[in-house]
Amino acid sequence: MGEGDRRSGGGWGLDRRATFWFIYLPPLLWLGLFFVLPVLLMAAFSFRPDMRGDFLRLWTPTLNQYASLAATGSYWRLLGISALTALGIGISAVVLAYPLAYFLALRAGHRASFYLVLLLVPFWTSYLLRVMAWKILLGTEGVLNSFLTYVGIIQEPLTALLYNRTAVILTLIYVWIPFAALPILAALQRIDTALFEAAADLGARPFRQFTRITLPLSLPGVFAAFFMVFIPTIGEYVTPLLVGGSRGFLYGNIIQDFFTKAANWPFGSALSMIMLAATMILVAIATRLIDLRQLFE
Amino acid sequence: MNASRRLTPLTLYYFGLITLLYLPIALLFLFSVNSSVSLSFPIKQLTFDWYRKLFEADAVLRAARNSLFVALGSSLAATVLGTMVAILMLRYKFRAQNLLVALAVLPLIVPYIVLGVALLILFSILHIDRSLWTIGIAHTVVALPYTLLIIASRLAGFDPSIEEAAMDLGADYPTTLRRVVLPLILPAMISAWLTAFTVSFDEFALALFLSGTQPTFPVYLFSQLRFASRLPIMIALAVLMMIGTLTLVFIAEKVRKSE
Repeated sequence: MGEGDRRSGGGWGLDRRATFWFIYLPPLLWLGLFFVLPVLLMAAFSFRPDMRGDFLRLWTPTLNQYASLAATGSYWRLLGISALTALGIGISAVVLAYPLAYFLALRAGHRASFYLVLLLVPFWTSYLLRVMAWKILLGTEGVLNSFLTYVGIIQEPLTALLYNRTAVILTLIYVWIPFAALPILAALQRIDTALFEAAADLGARPFRQFTRITLPLSLPGVFAAFFMVFIPTIGEYVTPLLVGGSRGFLYGNIIQDFFTKAANWPFGSALSMIMLAATMILVAIATRLIDLRQLFE
Repeated sequence: MNASRRLTPLTLYYFGLITLLYLPIALLFLFSVNSSVSLSFPIKQLTFDWYRKLFEADAVLRAARNSLFVALGSSLAATVLGTMVAILMLRYKFRAQNLLVALAVLPLIVPYIVLGVALLILFSILHIDRSLWTIGIAHTVVALPYTLLIIASRLAGFDPSIEEAAMDLGADYPTTLRRVVLPLILPAMISAWLTAFTVSFDEFALALFLSGTQPTFPVYLFSQLRFASRLPIMIALAVLMMIGTLTLVFIAEKVRKSE
């Protein structure tokens, strides 16, 4: 090794330009191979006529899958139901989480960080097990039913508590509440407390302070929380699988069915493309409404 | 603040909801020490048998170990890739910059089911058997947005002139990154790594599509939900895992605060 090499510190004497490729290629290849390519292949698959033949052999593109999808009203209805369900869950989670965030940001004082951890612990607990715990609570031989039967309020166990869409909605709201509180909390913490003092000095009552200062200034966090719940919920298929039964199925479950039980991947791909397109459109609307970057500050 | 000690409706609401959030978790704890197999009241007798049996249940422990491997591997990969994209985003100017950053953040909004079936198609076409590796690849993709955003927000806080100073003193750029930039963003990298770890460890929606003969813990748990007699053991393991996750999270918080 020469004198100059040692001074360079073992970095092969590369300048910024030359280093660029070492930093650029790994993420580019990774995302290209495992993110962009799979989505493109899925798009290509949705134009296949069927599953026959080797996947690598070329096929004549056909719009058959989309045609039969368009002709089947039940898929569109389910997509609509899923979007509405996600909308309801998003709104409920935000409304229920707002007071939590408000308490943490403006009322909890020096114990706020402890209370925040307290709120987040359930979120770090295995999701499957929390949902299973709900099943223990709500099942026919579960805690609620055995309690109500014991007290004598009901004679027969309630069966309406599980395996329907209401159970899916309640479970998802429950799961999302701590998560929805986080962006709202971040927005509330950014509010300059001097504004409250100024408002109080000018004679504004607490309620007026809330409607004129707190709420408007926290709205970006509220929108962020809503979309952070809404977007993953549209594609949800696990919760319906666990507590929804076939009556609680969402659009994601249909996609899953075509890739597992029905083994009709081209049709499943078409369904999946519609889901992707719907999500992208909704995100585009979201970015119009809010500056998504502030989600991550 | 004095207000925290007063019992306002807001305080009541907060602790009421907290109680509701903890109810299922409390149930899990309770049933992990209940001697009866059936998960219903009344509780018969307290026992630690399920914990003892857990350490004899090979399949459960293997599944937990699989999850650990996948989470370790994917979180390390996601942290390295996230660091790279963060440096590209804040220390370089190039034509495809916005595109690369957008691609790295996009997995955050693509539904997991869509990504899951897309990767399933890719691996089938390439004749790659589904395994822990395919799950790890998927988890790296979905963890990348988190690691990127955590690391980038810290790197943005440092003046690039520190690096120029190092280079003026004769360091080449890789050395500058290793000796100057990486030490500065190390706390964010650790916090990003822990976040990616927790994203992967509990992930089920992608893993269900991409798992082969070796299940991760959530996939195994799902396959066992039908067999009631196995549940208490799974619950015992879940309780131990929850304690483990909490420990990790507390360490992450400590690291972040020590900045």
